[in-house]
Amino acid sequence: MDLNAAHSMGTTIIGVTYDGGVILGADSRTSTGLYVANRASDKITQLTDNVYVCRSGSAADSQIVSDYVRYFLHQHTIQLGQPATVKVAANLVRLISYNNKNMLETGLIVGGWDKYEGGKIYGIPLGGTIIEQPFAIGGSGSSYLYGFFDQAWREGMTKDEAEQLVVKAVSLAIARDGASGGVVRTVIINSEGVTRNFYPGDTLPRWHEELEPQNSLLDILNTSSPEPMSIQ
Amino acid sequence: MSSIGTGYDLSVTTFSPDGRVFQIEYAAKAVDNSGTVIGIKCKDGIVMGVEKLIASKMMLPGSNRRIHSVNRHSGMAVAGLAADGRQIVARAKAEATNYESVYGEPIPVKELAERVASYVHLCTLYWWLRPFGCGVILGGYDRDGPQLYMIEPSGISYRYFGAAIGKGKQAAKTEIEKLKLSEMTCREGLIEIAKIIYRVHDEAKDKAFELEMSWVCDESKRQHEKVPELLLEEAKAAARAALEEMDAD
Repeated sequence: MDLNAAHSMGTTIIGVTYDGGVILGADSRTSTGLYVANRASDKITQLTDNVYVCRSGSAADSQIVSDYVRYFLHQHTIQLGQPATVKVAANLVRLISYNNKNMLETGLIVGGWDKYEGGKIYGIPLGGTIIEQPFAIGGSGSSYLYGFFDQAWREGMTKDEAEQLVVKAVSLAIARDGASGGVVRTVIINSEGVTRNFYPGDTLPRWHEELEPQNSLLDILNTSSPEPMSIQ
Repeated sequence: MSSIGTGYDLSVTTFSPDGRVFQIEYAAKAVDNSGTVIGIKCKDGIVMGVEKLIASKMMLPGSNRRIHSVNRHSGMAVAGLAADGRQIVARAKAEATNYESVYGEPIPVKELAERVASYVHLCTLYWWLRPFGCGVILGGYDRDGPQLYMIEPSGISYRYFGAAIGKGKQAAKTEIEKLKLSEMTCREGLIEIAKIIYRVHDEAKDKAFELEMSWVCDESKRQHEKVPELLLEEAKAAARAALEEMDAD
């Protein structure tokens, strides 16, 4: 594998806290170069009943890290006698990411709800940093969302407001990032439990206009409309 | 009072016909011979106190520490063989540090108690190890509130509102049961612990003793620390006064 070549992490992943829990969102495109290997993948993976993780980067690396953390958290839950906290889950993820940084290439967003801290989001980018954030974005599509979130993010949103924000954000990223696409999946985690939602690609806003179909551009010469590119 | 094992008490890997492991019971005797150690759980924290019997007049006050901090939020008071106690505290510190480095949060007191108990129990399973000759009272304050555990040489660990080990444990337990712990703050609990230790101290058998106390409560910002000098002196004075009242009767 040529480590010096530019590689895009074909994904858009988002984690957002709201008043009462968290919303995790992701696109569903797994790309290998220009080929879409899976157009309906599920990038939001369960670690425990109350903690999920959004995966980006190498599919294999992110899966193996999730599997290990799920295994450790399961044992930890049995020992503790109660559900693990989001912080513990996130810490286990970052220990694996950090200690194997030379071999791994995966950016993860851990999100969940526990009875001590409520809804929490932890971003764990490439090198194994861990950072607790009110919201986190990741993957190649996230580049196009930094400005959007600067403007659109608010503290203390309701569940519906937050989910709409997530869906809108993922769809915006899909519109601009070639490595993101397909459907938008969301997972809502709060004190009541976990809800999975699915938004098919054709229900998402398009963010561009479509021209009227033209048989031939020569037709414009014969019609009176001087500006074929103007949007009416 | 003591029952003779007649042959079944030579090894910790031997059961007696009536189902007892005598070596463990003998280890508990070592704890019973040490100075009294008490711990109570008040509504806002834990207070622990130790009756440190002074072996020699030449010892500096404050030496022979019997209460140790295991973690920022928890501490252990040790009764019995001091060297064994040091080993247990070292293990507890290691467990606490290890937990925090793996899980990224301070070790819950329940988990710490289970790990320490498991270690103490381990040393009762092999013929080439002897059981620990000390009992430990573990007090800590985590996100589930203040908790008090006691770990015996057998490896048994239970959670308590109030616990006592050592010479005066029977008398101490009776006194603790009289207290209304759920309504008491640690400040009040301090005074009560001091009074109990002074009361159960046997003037006839053991001459001098030093009172060592620690607490972990809201007032100490949920950190385990020695009781502040001022409060300790207040507690001692109150305890002495209470004793004199009793004697005057």
